Amino acid sequence: MARITLDGIAHAYARNPQSPQDYALQPLHHVWEQGKAYALLGPSGCGKTTLLNIISGLVIPSEGRLLFDERDVTRLPTEQRNIAQVFQFPVIYDTMTVAENLAFPLRNRKVRRPQIAARVADIAAMLELTPYLNRRARGLTADAKQKISLGRGLVRSDVSAVLFDEPLTVIDPALKWELRSKLKAVHRALDLLMIYVTHDQTEALTFADRVVVLNEGRAVQIGTPEELFERPEHTFVGYFIGSPGMNLLPAQVAGTRAQVGDCEVQLGAAYPAMPADARIQIGVRPDFVTLAPTRGLKVQVRRVDDLGRKRLAHVSLAGHPMVAMVPDGMATIGAEAFVNLDAAHVLVYRDDVRVEGVAA
Amino acid sequence: MNDKPWNNRAWFFVLPVLAFVLFSSIVPMMTVVNYSIQDSMGVNNFFWNGDAWFRELLDPSTEIGARFAGALVRTFAFSLTCLAIELPLGIAIALCLPRRGWSIGASLVLIALPMLIPWNVVGTIWQIFTRADIGLFGAVLTGIGLPYNVTQDPVSAWVTIVVIDVWHWTPLVILLSYAGLRAIPDAFYQAARIDGASRWAVFIKIELPKLQKVLVIATLLRFMQTFMIYTEPVVVTGGGPGNATTFLSIDLVKIAIGQVDLGKAAAMSLVYNLIIITVCWVFYTVMTQLERRRDA
Amino acid sequence: MSLILDSIGLRVGEEVVIDDVSLALERGTMNVLLGPTLAGKTTLMRLMAGLDRPTTGRLLLDGKDVTGLPVRRRSVAMVYQQFVNYPSLSVYENIASPLRVARLPKAEIEARVAQAARVLRLENLLQRSPAQLSGGQQQRTAIARALVKRADLVLLDEPLANLDYKLREELREQLPRIFAESNAILVYATTEPTEALLLGGQTATLWQGRVTQHGPTPAVYRRPDNIAAARVFSDPPLNELAVDKRGALIVTEAGRQLPATGMLANLRDGSYRIAFRCDDVTIDAGANGLPGFPGTVSVTELSGSESFVHVDVGIGTWVCLVSGVHDWQPGAAVEVHVDMRRAFAFDAEGALAAAPAMAASA
Repeated sequence: MARITLDGIAHAYARNPQSPQDYALQPLHHVWEQGKAYALLGPSGCGKTTLLNIISGLVIPSEGRLLFDERDVTRLPTEQRNIAQVFQFPVIYDTMTVAENLAFPLRNRKVRRPQIAARVADIAAMLELTPYLNRRARGLTADAKQKISLGRGLVRSDVSAVLFDEPLTVIDPALKWELRSKLKAVHRALDLLMIYVTHDQTEALTFADRVVVLNEGRAVQIGTPEELFERPEHTFVGYFIGSPGMNLLPAQVAGTRAQVGDCEVQLGAAYPAMPADARIQIGVRPDFVTLAPTRGLKVQVRRVDDLGRKRLAHVSLAGHPMVAMVPDGMATIGAEAFVNLDAAHVLVYRDDVRVEGVAA
Repeated sequence: MNDKPWNNRAWFFVLPVLAFVLFSSIVPMMTVVNYSIQDSMGVNNFFWNGDAWFRELLDPSTEIGARFAGALVRTFAFSLTCLAIELPLGIAIALCLPRRGWSIGASLVLIALPMLIPWNVVGTIWQIFTRADIGLFGAVLTGIGLPYNVTQDPVSAWVTIVVIDVWHWTPLVILLSYAGLRAIPDAFYQAARIDGASRWAVFIKIELPKLQKVLVIATLLRFMQTFMIYTEPVVVTGGGPGNATTFLSIDLVKIAIGQVDLGKAAAMSLVYNLIIITVCWVFYTVMTQLERRRDA
Repeated sequence: MSLILDSIGLRVGEEVVIDDVSLALERGTMNVLLGPTLAGKTTLMRLMAGLDRPTTGRLLLDGKDVTGLPVRRRSVAMVYQQFVNYPSLSVYENIASPLRVARLPKAEIEARVAQAARVLRLENLLQRSPAQLSGGQQQRTAIARALVKRADLVLLDEPLANLDYKLREELREQLPRIFAESNAILVYATTEPTEALLLGGQTATLWQGRVTQHGPTPAVYRRPDNIAAARVFSDPPLNELAVDKRGALIVTEAGRQLPATGMLANLRDGSYRIAFRCDDVTIDAGANGLPGFPGTVSVTELSGSESFVHVDVGIGTWVCLVSGVHDWQPGAAVEVHVDMRRAFAFDAEGALAAAPAMAASA
């Protein structure tokens, strides 16, 4: 399978959805390509698990078509879809050994014994499960069990897409790193389409080539990790990606300058006139706001968080809260200070949607 | 590890229960032990008999020994037959029950109804039910030509008693299995679908292992109850025809109250009790050991 | 007002679960218990609450020995990782439940519940049942219930672990403020070093049932007394290098020789573990005088504005922090430069032998 196409896929639990609120997942058009990794990122209840279940066949969408290459699989049962799914908590067959667990999908499809053994050995080697092959699956740790769940999906040669539903939730934090690297290594080794659902931005940004950010059933932005960071198209993306999220300040924008209260902020591009009734905000990530002792925009310092490798200052610019980075050299910070904003990274939002400016 | 507060007032709450248990269980039990080691001549004239009753009981060549051996075999056969039918049937029905919606409540209530009926009423219902002239069960069976006669044919009597027990108590197995099945998270079924497992494989590899604890409880409960069966056979067949359906409890009552052979009856009831406790303990220990070894 | 743990120990059968812990926890500060899972954080909190009795040691609250005192006679409130609320009661009744048990007058109950609901922004959810609330709202209800009790000791056992990433950030920021006025002794257990740093206050690092270090959080971070404390307080994991010091040289396992400069020069000869965090290394920064270790990239983790590059340098895998969004491909050959001036040296027993001078912090 070379691609998965979502053609107007939407899902509502009510029979006659009237407004966007009635939809668990609002109409979505997208094409996923083989060999790439995608992440569905968003807070609880945003519709990401619904979307994943539509692709795997556990949920039939109320609208739209799902195409694997050119084939309409919207109503095709799960077992015929050539996909594998790894769930939030490890699903293993208690009574079987690790090797039997991995062999199970192949035995159900009546593959011949020698082929099964070879395939199980390959996958076990890839996932570093070889020493456990003859042990009972029941007694292993959570991360080993998740690897077994993953292995069961990979062992089938007809699998073209692997879906992950927040698979690292029950894994010990110390082992999450390892499992994340393992997933990425597997992705590189096999030319599979991988779709990863999570609410953790680190997982999403690490794992995926492209991330779909969802909020309240709507796909708010689809882009590479870099695009999501540098150019969030929606204030929600600015808030959700990055720790801490983007600073949003109400402002009046005219040409290359924005007015926040009595402060004037320089912008990196020229913007057209905005309608008076629209909600205009400027957004700038804390990474591009630096605290300085002398020159810049005046702010009140509320508190400073020391995160070890960086320090964040929570300040107030013209009465609006803001977060700024504290440079290494700055030893003492008083109650008042100044901030400097990197003009190229100050973005303008109208009614939560980014406005494109003209290069000045 | 919990530090519970020490309060002597608690004894007042426990005393009534202690007294009740003492008078309803412990004292009568000790009386039975007393009878089992004594013999009586006339009324209220007891003398020491040691373990004579026990030896006579366990020797199949004596009259009482033969009766005991026969009743024991019949009771075990009955228990095992009922277990063999009720456990698979209960699980099968539990698998068919709805999982969502209002029909769950309705189905569970309907299924539980047989358990709510008092036991001798059950016996009376079936006594009429099995009559060839006015009972539906009896009439239908004789109508299709089967030689069904509860009072005269041992096979019919056995079949009837087993059917009564299955009808009465399978709901317990159903309810326990249903609860166990509902505890299995959906993700297991979804994963099995994706793995292409057949319905039978799902049953054997997911549902049955996860039902194990529930089934241990169900088996223990059903074994104890079937081994102690009394009311239904007494009401429906009276222990007959002959002694075809005379189980240990029925025989015991006949000896104790019918023949007033207190010594023999006491010995028999103690051995009876011991058999039940031993079987249950062995079964439970084996099952938990297996589970512990599997987890290791 | 303080809670003092004096040589507290707990044995369960043969196993020593908590080993000789002595801590002094003060009122009005956030006391963080930091350690990996199964380090003993929950067990220690249960001992502090009185749910379990220690096998050795004493517990002193304001100088009074409360070791044997059962939990219901102590003034303790606890918030758990799972949102624990009474499912059959409304949010209002949930928050009021400890006050009803204490038989406070109705007016007082209403006042306190209203105040807690205001602080935790639950005012228009008071009539709902927990089943109708989101995860964050349920946890806020549990926190409100702990707040109204006005207990002397408030224990929070990884309360934000089951929440969404962003929700966790927001609640974490609000927590110190929420409990600021109550003047209780706050104890917060967590596995994440970032959380400890954000909460501030004092941190005790736990490793296998013992407290390896206790002090103001930034100080414990910047100057871990031993390698166990350093490992616990590093996320991503600590980068380590086993070396032998011989005279003026440091020799790595691979035989590489480096000059012993700065604080390393003052070490006695012997074997040490040099440890440094991910932000003390740079990748391919060109000639900057720092010793370089060649390696291959195994994976790059992206986290918003930072990239964590895992590099296999032969003697182990090191994690390097690079700012910005970079995506070095696995297999790429890079050189990792280590700033030895910012590294720690731990001796063979794991104790701190040398550390960079603590930078003046705000």
